[in-house]
Amino acid sequence: MVMMERQLSAQAAAPLLSVQGLSRYYGARIGCKDVSFDLYPGEVMGIVGESGSGKSTLLSCLAGHQRPDAGGLSYNGVDVLALSEAERRRLLRSDWAYVHQNPRDGLRMGVSAGGNVGERLMAVGARHYGQIRDTATDWLGRVEIAAERIDDRPSAFSGGMQQRLQIARNLVTAPKLVFMDEPTGGLDVSVQARLLDLLRGLVRDLGLSVVIVTHDLAVVRLLADRLMVMKSGHVVEAGLTDQVLDDPQHAYTQLLVSSVLQV
Amino acid sequence: MTDQAYNFAYLDEQTKRMLRRALLKALAVPGYQVPFASREMPMPYGWGTGGVQVTAACLTPVDRLKVIDQGADDTTNAVSIRRFFQRTSGVAVTEATAEATIIQTRHRIPEQPLSEGQILVYQVPIPEPLRFLEPRETETRKMHELEEYGLMHVKLYEDIARHGEVSTAYAYPVKVEGRYVMDPSPIPKFDNPKLNDSPAIQLFGAGRECRIYALPPFTKVVSLDFDDHPFQASKAEHNCDLCGCGTSYLDEVITDDQGSRMFVCSDTDFCATRQAEGHRGRLSPEAA
Repeated sequence: MVMMERQLSAQAAAPLLSVQGLSRYYGARIGCKDVSFDLYPGEVMGIVGESGSGKSTLLSCLAGHQRPDAGGLSYNGVDVLALSEAERRRLLRSDWAYVHQNPRDGLRMGVSAGGNVGERLMAVGARHYGQIRDTATDWLGRVEIAAERIDDRPSAFSGGMQQRLQIARNLVTAPKLVFMDEPTGGLDVSVQARLLDLLRGLVRDLGLSVVIVTHDLAVVRLLADRLMVMKSGHVVEAGLTDQVLDDPQHAYTQLLVSSVLQV
Repeated sequence: MTDQAYNFAYLDEQTKRMLRRALLKALAVPGYQVPFASREMPMPYGWGTGGVQVTAACLTPVDRLKVIDQGADDTTNAVSIRRFFQRTSGVAVTEATAEATIIQTRHRIPEQPLSEGQILVYQVPIPEPLRFLEPRETETRKMHELEEYGLMHVKLYEDIARHGEVSTAYAYPVKVEGRYVMDPSPIPKFDNPKLNDSPAIQLFGAGRECRIYALPPFTKVVSLDFDDHPFQASKAEHNCDLCGCGTSYLDEVITDDQGSRMFVCSDTDFCATRQAEGHRGRLSPEAA
């Protein structure tokens, strides 16, 4: 019993995603350089920085959309960069999920909401129409989309609904690790607040590990446990979210925090 | 033979050799789309340039050729292709399915079961079953390579969600030997079960798209479906008005401006054979 607990705590202590010295160059220019961090199960990591600071480059390297030029990336102890393409793509559609900034990039606009949610299920082998539809209905409910809209196409949805649909579509296969690229970008503030509320609930309920990229400090304040601040491709400051935001050490972080408009 | 200027079956020997290599590869990897150097043929794309090239590569002087278009031996496309090969190769032709050694077909499989030693050549307009789901050819090839066929079921899901049943009625996707998903060319889904475990060799040629694929004899071919919406081969709920057959695939023909219509077998040879055997339908001349 004691052994088991120790094993469990050892498992909980092992990072889900481990990044060492990750670098990506665009020719001579730096995309991101020498980024290292560990992400533990159930943890939300925020990456903030201004436009061009390399945060999106970093996220696409992590999510496997780009190949980093140097450094290591391991998921659950498996070296992701050494995986074959088939294994990597299987990981992308089962254990991982990616929420795009623009829901049009992450949804199939010509396919009904139910089909969009069901696609990942069918991609991992679900072949029972009734069950796929029940799961899709359940997930639409969880992201606050009315069940009778299941056969409508995303093009008939508002921007906020599209984003929520994209989230449902990504979470339906119960991924362990979710990458989010500015999930609230382009939404008005009240819709943004509801989406953040929803996301926070889902992350807590499902115990998701999340890497979230944003330039909006309010988003990371609400969602993220830890924060990394990037500038010109380098991580300039990292730590607990409240610590970094309330007591910024680096000059750039101080600038960033003081730039937020107070209403 | 009237056109001595042409090589046997129109194409030169090197071209036929290239085609045969592609055909052998296609037969070795059932359902896999093999690229080949498609030639300009003396007919427009969409009229069977792929099928004609495959037929030309398979023809020998002792063959007996049958050509059908939507099951019929007497439509323009069928007549033109049959005459083309009569002129350029001088092979014997027939309309009887059982007598033919090579059958080139557009959009049908003959009603009469095929036998060992026969070759069925399909004309294929779009060989890629994933084309309208994923427009990038690089991506569809990757999906075939990695066997990522979830998207095909999204299409079937959409059919059921919209129409209550799988409304795809032709070019119904199949899985070959548990590996490749294949477009069986625009045959009605009524014909899909005949693809499975057929004793004949089935060859598919897409001229414009430069692809050949094949099913060797006795290949397992399964139509895609859901567990709770199993595949159903559908046809019009009528009997043939000329031969009375209730199990063949029917064409609906409108006969006047008052909405009268008749249903006839789309396979003309099958229907004519039955009529010769004395079968009669609702509108047969004797019955009227």
